[in-house]
Amino acid sequence: MSLSAHDLSWSAGGVSILHGVSLEVRPGELLGIIGPNGSGKTSLMSLLAGIRRPQGGQVLLSGQSLHGLARREVARRIALVEQQAETAERITARQAVELGRTPHLGAFTPWSNQDDAIVDLALEEVAMTALAGRLWHTLSGGERQRLHIARALAQQPEILLLDEPTNHLDIGHQIGLLHLVHRQNLTVVAALHDLNHAAMFCDRIALMQAGRIEAIGPPSEVLTAARIQSVFGVAAEIVRDGAGGCFIRYRHPDLPAPRAGWIAAAS
Amino acid sequence: MNRPVTRLLAIGMLALAVLVLALWLGAAIGETAIPMDVVAKTAANRLWGAGYGLDRIDEGIVWNYRLSRAVVAACCGAALALSGVVLQSLLRNVLADPYVLGISAGASTGAVGVVILGLGAGVLSLPAGAFLGALTAFGFVALLAMRSGRGTGAVILAGVAGSQLFNALTSFIVTKAANAEQARGIMFWLLGNLSGVRWPDVWLALPVTAVGLLVCLWHARALDAFTFGTESAASLGISVRRAYVVLVGVAAMMTAVMVSIVGSIGFVGLVIPHAARMVVGVRHGRLLPASALIGAVFMIIADILSRIIIPGQVLPIGVITALVGAPAFALILSQRKATA
Repeated sequence: MSLSAHDLSWSAGGVSILHGVSLEVRPGELLGIIGPNGSGKTSLMSLLAGIRRPQGGQVLLSGQSLHGLARREVARRIALVEQQAETAERITARQAVELGRTPHLGAFTPWSNQDDAIVDLALEEVAMTALAGRLWHTLSGGERQRLHIARALAQQPEILLLDEPTNHLDIGHQIGLLHLVHRQNLTVVAALHDLNHAAMFCDRIALMQAGRIEAIGPPSEVLTAARIQSVFGVAAEIVRDGAGGCFIRYRHPDLPAPRAGWIAAAS
Repeated sequence: MNRPVTRLLAIGMLALAVLVLALWLGAAIGETAIPMDVVAKTAANRLWGAGYGLDRIDEGIVWNYRLSRAVVAACCGAALALSGVVLQSLLRNVLADPYVLGISAGASTGAVGVVILGLGAGVLSLPAGAFLGALTAFGFVALLAMRSGRGTGAVILAGVAGSQLFNALTSFIVTKAANAEQARGIMFWLLGNLSGVRWPDVWLALPVTAVGLLVCLWHARALDAFTFGTESAASLGISVRRAYVVLVGVAAMMTAVMVSIVGSIGFVGLVIPHAARMVVGVRHGRLLPASALIGAVFMIIADILSRIIIPGQVLPIGVITALVGAPAFALILSQRKATA
């Protein structure tokens, strides 16, 4: 199962958002998509999920164009968690997760014990079993986001696409959620805002700027002080640990440039 | 037999019993009260030739006037409630229904266009004209809503504009082209009126409602998938455009046929789905049949009330549905606010 984008372009309302985006998602990896606001992360995610059709280029799933496949067929293999999808319906936590079974059920296929078991497991994965009976509008942002993930897991996809899944969550929930996703035996593509989270959890990172992929590779290669300065306009030092990992330390805009040797001292 | 099937059968039988009871009452109650057993015997005579000796006038009133009327009322209630559920779910808007969105108004214009102006040159039947009018109105409202930002408020405001426009067109056509007698009849019909309903109307209303119910049930899971919006539905494997075309088409068809038979009736499509949600929850597998049943029973009762509330006069049924529906809707709105 492989997912790849070839020379994608996309524009909305006359504004060009993506141009010539190509990337290959490797089976089993967690690929992070990072980039400033408006760099095209969300558009790329919806093109990869096949819910929008690119104006140029194509997305291939195991060599087949997404738009040659039935929507249902795609939904059995790719699940998408959008940014903050909301509802005003009086739906319970469990019912929200049950929606994940939709692509596996025909119009009159009865709900089976197996479907129940899959939903139970998904709720357990995100530690929401105890709250399964609660109504949606009584849940916190973190709980709702975990339910969206559980819904995606109940879809039993091979590829999970997450669009800024940790927005509006506190740090505990952010790390918890990414750890949860990381634990799944799935191929994951996640648009992320926090560079340190991307560095911590992703196998590879694609850095986007103005609708193009600026760099793609392991976090320690993609995240350089020069790139962060040029793409985000922020001065930062990259601190590398011995195990090939790295983290980013942002510098206060008012402070003078770092002393030589600062990075070495920190590591 | 496993338990879910037994349960389903039991609920189905109960629903049927409630519906039959409502129809029975609908046939018995009126300006001249007819005993329940006479109604039952009439039905038995007509349906399987039981051969009970009955007063021919009583039998005639029950069969030719009241039963056909009660069946059409039931179909109308069910169809409008189903349309309401579909529109509310697809547009994710608690205020959506065929009346508010101007679909009923468009259907009226289409129907009047066929009757008064002779549009379609005899090829286009009254319901077909109403259907075209309904689709035109929905198209107009959808376009206007999209241009004004797609929000909950935008859709409803566009619906208000659409209703006003198509109602004005209807009035214009009627005033310009109809004679005085036609005009009076049409104005009465526009308020919602079951007086002229006979068996031929049943043979239009019943199949349309049955087909509508089946198509909606076929899409019950798709409608569930719209809970978190269209993109979420698409990511759950629903082909959104196809679902929209089929479901809006069916809602417009049901609305148009009902408007062409009984005129434009408000509040049923709006209020009944909310009432049904309180009873069976938000999942469409239950919500659709429950809404259809509650809508059917509600309309039969509203029709009974319209015949007995003012002795010697028949009130347009649209007046009853608005008198009951408006306060009920206010209640629902304030409750939603309290829980949200």
